[in-house]
Amino acid sequence: MKKNLVIATAITGLLASAAIGFTSVSANAAATAAGNLPTLTKGVLTIGTDDPAYSPWFDNNTPSDGKGFESAVAYAVAKQLGYPASKVKWVKAAFNTVIQPGKKAFDFDINEVSITPDRAKAVDFSTGYYDVAQAIVTTTKSKIAKAKSIADLVNAKLGAQVGTTSYSTITDIVKPKVKPSVFDTNDVATQALINGQIDGLVVDLPTAFYIADAELKNGLIVGQFAPEAGSDQFGLVLTKGSALTSTVSAAVDALRANGTLKAIAAKWLGGTAGAPVLK
Amino acid sequence: MSYSPSAMRIAREEARRRVSRRSTLIALISTVVIGSVLVIVVTGAPGFALVRQSFFNWHYAKKSFPTVLSGLWLNLRVMIVAEIFVLIFGLLIALARTSHSPILYPVRLLATIYTDIFRGLPLLLVLFLVGLGVPGLQISWLTNSAVILGTVSLILTYSAYVAEVIRAGIEAVNPAQRMAARALGLTQSQTQRHVILPQALRKVTPPLLNDLVSLQKDSGLISVLGAIDAIRAAGINTAESFNFTPYVVAGALFVALTIPLTRFTDWLTRKQDRARVQQGQW
Repeated sequence: MKKNLVIATAITGLLASAAIGFTSVSANAAATAAGNLPTLTKGVLTIGTDDPAYSPWFDNNTPSDGKGFESAVAYAVAKQLGYPASKVKWVKAAFNTVIQPGKKAFDFDINEVSITPDRAKAVDFSTGYYDVAQAIVTTTKSKIAKAKSIADLVNAKLGAQVGTTSYSTITDIVKPKVKPSVFDTNDVATQALINGQIDGLVVDLPTAFYIADAELKNGLIVGQFAPEAGSDQFGLVLTKGSALTSTVSAAVDALRANGTLKAIAAKWLGGTAGAPVLK
Repeated sequence: MSYSPSAMRIAREEARRRVSRRSTLIALISTVVIGSVLVIVVTGAPGFALVRQSFFNWHYAKKSFPTVLSGLWLNLRVMIVAEIFVLIFGLLIALARTSHSPILYPVRLLATIYTDIFRGLPLLLVLFLVGLGVPGLQISWLTNSAVILGTVSLILTYSAYVAEVIRAGIEAVNPAQRMAARALGLTQSQTQRHVILPQALRKVTPPLLNDLVSLQKDSGLISVLGAIDAIRAAGINTAESFNFTPYVVAGALFVALTIPLTRFTDWLTRKQDRARVQQGQW
């Protein structure tokens, strides 16, 4: 058993280095060898995400329809690994079960999880599949509706979802004088924004556009926080020390190199350009 | 003439000491055996290193302690304010429910409906309704502070529980007490104040304090409205590091907070029992 694992790790390592070295050609080689990876259930790739799964990352809370950015990315990664859509199984994985110690119920999880060095001590991350910027949403009635700079935000009561880099954006970059509010979900946070209990809500940029357009009647995006290139990336989450990590990372790298990730982002996160940058 | 115990008594006391020594020894051995088995089972588990790393990590415990502690300060303020109001409202509702006057029938009815509804409604739902629904009404003079509205929700829910506990106490007082008090010329309200309530409250002190301890823990639920209490502060820390130690820190602080109250309850109960034995009230 242990021996098999060692061999599998060695093979995946080789495949990974090959894939990184020669991009598309060797990535195809990885794809043909695959369908045979040491997954939870042999021949099936089990992917986890939270329930509910939010737009625009997923569509209609149905991860298995291939619609929405992350659903599309998940199927692209699966295909790259040699698993057609019919061999992909989705499981619900709440945030706490994703970060818990020990074996997970999925081969990888895709749920807008930002990669940080601290987190990487507890779980494995694939390479990033999306460079994310944080943005601030509000309503036209709010006192920060006309804010132009970070300095205009320091007296505002801001909110964010727990467990997100959005919250660290508030505490590390905005450093407001009023204690921020923290919510379990963006749904509750959005309701608090509508009620005027918070002046603004910090979320990632695509979610900001979704909330401003689809969930708020008079929503607007105050602006985005200048992203340092590659500073905040979403990664796929795997069990710490998983035999799949390097293979999955290689697949993500291949998809970035051949432009697939860009195309998927353009399709599902299309109109996210054009938010002014707050300084 | 000096007292010297009989041979029989000396033998009896010696026998008692022997029994007591043996009990202590057995208790000691049993504790050590069960303790070691637990330690071996837990530390010998294949995932123990992993669990220790993610739940009992000194580095993250130290790192999260200041924020968790400042969160606990919010819990503390919320629980104290809520406890005061809960005791007042609970008492008033219990009095309303146990009133007999026909003119108070509507009050009785209202009190009954209130306890039925708020004992049945999950606290989380009350929190959402009050904490997000009330500000949604956009009444300008009304607060929309998550902390205040969350505390109000706690008071609404726990007043219903406490009212029922106090009512049970009032009804447990023997009716003869009321009659005797009335026969002595006390008015209805004097009877209530000097005869019924003192006995009723004494009877229900332990369950009452039980509810207050429960309230202390539930004070953390107001975090669903956005306030950062100890548990939420722990959650934020956990999300940053994917390490659960901050929750354990918060748990330890909560236990430290409730132990004085539970010990106080035990002490009070023992004291009452002793008093009752002395008064021959068993």
